[in-house]
Amino acid sequence: MFYDVAVIGAGVVGGLIARELSKFNIKTVLLEKCNDMAMGTTKANSAIVHAGFDSKPGSLKAQLNVKGSEAMESLCAKLAVPYKRTGSFVIAFGEEQLATLEELLERGKANGVKGLEIISRERLRQMEPNISSEALAALWAPTAALVSPYELNIAAVENAVVNGVEFRRNFDVVKIGRAADGAYELAPARGDNVRAKYIINAAGVESDDIAAMLGDTMCGKIIPRKGEYLLCDKNCGTLVSHIIFQCPNEMGKGVLVTPTVHGNLLIGPNAIDIEEKDDISTTMQGIHETLEKGRRSVPAVGTKDVITSFAGIRAHAKCDDFIIRRSEGSANAINVVGIESPGLSAAPAIAELVRSMFEEMAGELKPNPSFNPVRPTPVRFDVLDNEQRRRLIEKDKAYGRIICRCESVTEGEILDAIRAPAGAVDVDGVKRRTRAGMGRCQGGFCGSKVVEILARELGVEIDQITKFGGGSLILSGKSK
Amino acid sequence: MLSYDLVVVGGGPAGMAAALKAKECGVESIVILERAETLGGILQQCIHTGFGLHYFKEELSGPEYAHRFIRLVEENGIDVKTDTMVLGISGDNIVTAVSHDEGITEITAKAIVLAMGCRERPRGALIIAGTRAAGVMTAGTAQKYVNLNGYMPGKKVVILGSGDIGLIMARRMTLEGAQVKMVCELMPYSSGLSRNIVQCLEDFDIPLKLSCTVVKTHGKERLEGVTIAKVDRNRKPIPGTEEFVECDTLLLSVGLIPENELSRAMGIELDSVTGGPVVDESRMTTHTGVFACGNVLHVHDLVDYVTLESQTAGEGAANYILGKRGEPAYAQTKGIDGIRYVVPQRINTHCDRNVKLYFRVGQTYKNAKVYVECNDEVLVSRTRPKLTPGEMEDILLKKEEIGELSAGAELIVRLEVQP
Repeated sequence: MFYDVAVIGAGVVGGLIARELSKFNIKTVLLEKCNDMAMGTTKANSAIVHAGFDSKPGSLKAQLNVKGSEAMESLCAKLAVPYKRTGSFVIAFGEEQLATLEELLERGKANGVKGLEIISRERLRQMEPNISSEALAALWAPTAALVSPYELNIAAVENAVVNGVEFRRNFDVVKIGRAADGAYELAPARGDNVRAKYIINAAGVESDDIAAMLGDTMCGKIIPRKGEYLLCDKNCGTLVSHIIFQCPNEMGKGVLVTPTVHGNLLIGPNAIDIEEKDDISTTMQGIHETLEKGRRSVPAVGTKDVITSFAGIRAHAKCDDFIIRRSEGSANAINVVGIESPGLSAAPAIAELVRSMFEEMAGELKPNPSFNPVRPTPVRFDVLDNEQRRRLIEKDKAYGRIICRCESVTEGEILDAIRAPAGAVDVDGVKRRTRAGMGRCQGGFCGSKVVEILARELGVEIDQITKFGGGSLILSGKSK
Repeated sequence: MLSYDLVVVGGGPAGMAAALKAKECGVESIVILERAETLGGILQQCIHTGFGLHYFKEELSGPEYAHRFIRLVEENGIDVKTDTMVLGISGDNIVTAVSHDEGITEITAKAIVLAMGCRERPRGALIIAGTRAAGVMTAGTAQKYVNLNGYMPGKKVVILGSGDIGLIMARRMTLEGAQVKMVCELMPYSSGLSRNIVQCLEDFDIPLKLSCTVVKTHGKERLEGVTIAKVDRNRKPIPGTEEFVECDTLLLSVGLIPENELSRAMGIELDSVTGGPVVDESRMTTHTGVFACGNVLHVHDLVDYVTLESQTAGEGAANYILGKRGEPAYAQTKGIDGIRYVVPQRINTHCDRNVKLYFRVGQTYKNAKVYVECNDEVLVSRTRPKLTPGEMEDILLKKEEIGELSAGAELIVRLEVQP
């Protein structure tokens, strides 16, 4: 197949880049190594839109964070993605950390972050009654927000596909060659090659490997930096109403405690540099460390409230900044490397920056006359009132059958998720799109029903259904 | 809006027994709301035998036990709405439900019986380190796949937790050709029934490792093994005792949690030990006219006991509906010294009937004496040769003894180990 552009990596950055490119009359393919989008760093992070005071003034991280954060709310509205502006605190525990708050305040001002101020212990406790009594003061950033990263990612890809982008799953680029006409020849681990005139490398923790295939060494190797998280039951989702950071350290922004956009409570991450890029295993030590650090901010958080733990990998670059540059080793490619925090916050701005770089590279582009920036709002039975529910079920009875009890997800919503453009093809894909299995029983009741629905819709036996593609089969075969 | 005298939430053994008893006591209009496509609840996937020994004095399979009640529900003309999930219950007893065929339904009720059962504790709540590979599921989910869908979750199995479902699945998976390598139990004792340990593990040479847990899962896509470790007295893994066990499946049978989201949303007081509502001897919750029975109230070992308890709740609901209930004057019950909980948590001193107190102990005791006391005066005492956390116990309180209690009295249930 021949395309104008191949975007490698369907994380939130690759997804939003593909959507940006779908505004033009070019043929774009989005290549994803895994069985679904949002399977790397996008899947497991703090789900925060940072205000933008952390990064060094003048750095790409600083510029794009502030810009991305400003664009996020309207983007989420267009793409029907949960977003909630709560504001954030950085809390100071000792006298010496008060100086850190001042430093962050100054940095934030230099970065153009609006509304920053240092608030007293009294005001902090008034705004956040469950905060530790050890917190002496806080930096208040009213523009920080909560967002659902994987839903933003899914929405971006769906919208890109509706606007003409082709999405290819399980396309693990292992080699990039050049054809006689100068086009790139992208070879996957399995299956047929894809040809494209241009490449945009948004491969996350593997972006250095793709860069190397393009002949670029960029800023050295990506260091996979693991972070472990704990997700707590919705019954403690109201313990705090803002994002609560501790003072940053050399490994990152430290452990935060935050409500999620869906009303759970999230604690994490710690930060450990690891060897393997796909090692998302958790450790006992890490889980306990994370919980202890979280408790330092909000002592009321308890072990028994934890409904699941998980780990994510950040794509850390040695130079400690995003690297978004035209390829040096290969003329028609752009590398987007080292996108770690605040990568999610910056993602809309990264996509715009890449689009303008692409326009420079490819010359003037014709707009796509049928581009539709809006993604239809998915049905969320749980948040509807009974009148709305009644009307919905009148239209389609599948919305009257609850599959996931904990999150009140109906069969209709699961069918929508599977039948959507670039829809779900595995159990975790259904979970990320609908929340089925994300509640307190973690799929105990609905798991087997989701498997049955997937098998029916995809036209396969239920023992062919996977948790997340590849060899992650749920069942081993028929019984005797 | 529909209107019924009694709405029963849940059509498992608890809901059916409560509905039938209420009917027998003279309640005419009753509806059972069940979220699955058929009545019977979890019994439908329990195709092993061992049900009914106490209640029917014969050994039945789960579906057989359920069908005896399903037939009675049909014969008695009790309305049933299956494929119907209750979304909420208002303070004035209006039940909102949703179903595939009827959409949103609102039903007013004079009384409500909560019989939603329980759910299994998932992996996340245990905080096991390691990967997120496929091949980890609760024993009950595995049971559904094997018995109802006809599919196997895997071939080499480790089971964590020796609850009854875990034990039953150890045997079931073995009979289906899987290799069950071991059952690991965090505690120094099994929480399962003794007969299940003999019939499901010992008869198949499946080792039960006590004071042992799974500390890590391995494998990126499908499970490839688990690391197990011995635990100390505080249930913390002992460094140096780790051992890798190759397996493709980890089944969890690590506890059942009463499903009280509806009860909690209604503001019903819950017992922090049982996880179920605080009830009186008729199984009425702290919300007047709302009763609870079965595993939503506290987790039972045997369905036979669920049936008996639910009949009590059904009768209680009938008395309430028929105006046979006076103003109560409650005494409280409380378990101490090794008694983890007591159900019912309160007793109407005017109740004029014998009341069985059900309780569980926190560890294994041999030759123990159980006392029920009020103001340091012993009302009843019974000697038990053996008490284990896995088996629910009861002790009977005569109506004469209850009649002498004053409102607000505290009934202490305690235990003393005999020398």
